[in-house]
Amino acid sequence: MSETLILSARWGKPGSAKLENYRADGGYQALDKALGMEPVAVVEEVKKSNLRGRGGAGFATGLKWTFLPKDIRPRYLTVNADESEPGTFKDRYIMEHDPHMLLEGIAITCLALDIHLAYIYIRGEFAKQARALEAAIAEARAAGIIGPRLLGKKDFALDVHVHRGAGAYICGEESALLESLEGKKGYPRLKPPFPAVVGLWGKPTIINNVETIANVPWIVQHGGEAFAALGVGKSGGTRLFGVSGHVNRPGVYEKPVAYNLKKLIMEDAGGVLGGRKLKAVIPGGSSAPVLAAHEIDISMEFDAVKAAGSMSGSGGVIVFDESACMVRALARLARFYAEESCGQCTPCREGTNWMEGMLHRIEAGHAGAADVARLEQVANSIAGNTICALGDAAAMPVQSFLKKFKPEFLAHCELRRCPCGDTAWGLTQEPRDAVAGPMRYAR
Amino acid sequence: MTNHAGGVEGLPREKVEQFDRELSRILDRYPPDRKASAMIPALRLGQTLFGYVSPAVQALAAERLGTSPARAEEVATFYVMLETHPFGKHLVEVCTSVSCSLSGGDRLWGYLQQKLALAGAGSTPDGRFTLREAECLGSCGTAPAMLVDEEMYEQLTPQKVDQILGGLK
Ligand SMILES: Cc1cc2nc3c(=O)[nH]c(=O)nc-3n(C[C@H](O)[C@H](O)[C@H](O)COP(=O)(O)O)c2cc1C
Ligand code: SF4
Ligand code: FES
Repeated sequence: MSETLILSARWGKPGSAKLENYRADGGYQALDKALGMEPVAVVEEVKKSNLRGRGGAGFATGLKWTFLPKDIRPRYLTVNADESEPGTFKDRYIMEHDPHMLLEGIAITCLALDIHLAYIYIRGEFAKQARALEAAIAEARAAGIIGPRLLGKKDFALDVHVHRGAGAYICGEESALLESLEGKKGYPRLKPPFPAVVGLWGKPTIINNVETIANVPWIVQHGGEAFAALGVGKSGGTRLFGVSGHVNRPGVYEKPVAYNLKKLIMEDAGGVLGGRKLKAVIPGGSSAPVLAAHEIDISMEFDAVKAAGSMSGSGGVIVFDESACMVRALARLARFYAEESCGQCTPCREGTNWMEGMLHRIEAGHAGAADVARLEQVANSIAGNTICALGDAAAMPVQSFLKKFKPEFLAHCELRRCPCGDTAWGLTQEPRDAVAGPMRYAR
Repeated sequence: MTNHAGGVEGLPREKVEQFDRELSRILDRYPPDRKASAMIPALRLGQTLFGYVSPAVQALAAERLGTSPARAEEVATFYVMLETHPFGKHLVEVCTSVSCSLSGGDRLWGYLQQKLALAGAGSTPDGRFTLREAECLGSCGTAPAMLVDEEMYEQLTPQKVDQILGGLK
């Protein structure tokens, strides 16, 4: 049985980012089809598809779209291309290798929701990807696909622009993203109101992840039911899973949403490096609670991973083999959150700094068991007490690492040093051949 | 648009004119009454043209976008890619986040410090390089990764780093 590839099928084909090649492969036919449909019928297909947000929270996309107030105009679309969560590296390949697919998804979404201005908010570090998007937008505009008329057929003005960030993980959080797009520092907003009601410049705004929107043309072309059938229950379609860390073949794998995590690591990604034993897996980007080796025989579907005590989040799977030091890993994660906290709320600003400091001392062997207990208390007091989800995102790794690997933390305290010494990041640390969908990257 | 307000005076005139020309293209992307949205691109443009986002560059951007210098400063100091102080001719940023470190990013960070004779983040005395650690660059599958002058390099080894830095002007 051949696998259905929705997002990665064209990656790596010569000139895949070019308009003429996209069209030769059937591109913009879904937009053409959508032009002949009632807007509500397009939204209905997306609802039927069971598409859930690929940015992290897994929220039902069709449902989110219905939150727009009926009678307020203008409305805006912002596509979240901030992709900054450690372990997440998927949206970049869509933008690099199939930017017109994203653009077609944007055009259909805007048509369905009566939106005439869309922004792609892309992290500042993605220079190549921003250039690819800008080139695609220019081509689509010159060809009359977007602009005053859609596909040269319908009087429906649509402008799409790229807005580049400048290095701040927090701007991936949707309300911080809007602040940043308004030309301010990225301070998340108190919610409610949600962006669908009060968003960019105070107007209703839909925010979706790149991968989410890139699925829309396929859904319109093949029907929501066909997309739903690729998944299970309330999750449809395929997903781009990124596998990194201690595997033989790291990379991006497009698989059905409910694909088995163990199979993804052990078969697709070629298993654990050096034939060593698996120690731990972070299944959905650095914020997702860590799973121990024996807990990974699960479906990656959102609700299934939740039932296993973690999150499938952004689909970024980080693998640790038995030679890695979990204290070192957590200390580095804690530094990330301390660094990236916007500083707006006290529990997050102070808590992330404390956790970073305590973990640094534990790792260096300068702490005792009481410090480990205190670390847990601090994490517990951040969770649930902050304006945005970064607070929880910082607390969850700490809580889960301590729950599953506490003996390693206590060993650092007893020995007064890291038991792994120089190889705390694992015995093998060389780059490996990598893959991204059908593409191969030789080391 | 050529009257220079407040702190803008110290900036070379041709460069300010170039700034205005390029800014007007950037402003096409935002509704005319939402010019302030262009603060990040305006400051990045300023950094490219004037070397870094000095108070004068902040004042220039604020004035052109019809907003306060305080707003420009707030943005300039919030984002890591905006530099409010002069830095080296080449900016080298090595990812040491988790996935990269599992694939040698942390060692590479050590190698680069040794190579540039620096103890931690900083600039070489000749002003040629500024080195620092970066958080996840979105290249975790092709780790380890680094940015040099905002371009991404992946699957790095010390040999590749030597080649890349050696090829710089
Ligand atoms: C701290 C933080 C960082 C986030 N970073 C990203 C990101 O880089 N990309 C993304 O698509 N969503 C990110 N999100 C999730 C967004 O807030 C939002 O839920 C998402 O863009 C919605 O799109 P979706 O429904 O299509 O997933 C982040 C959330 C938080 C709390
Ligand atoms: S939780 Fe942290 S990142 Fe979020 S608003 Fe509060 S301080 Fe900022
Ligand atoms: S951890 Fe280095 S690029 Fe993601």
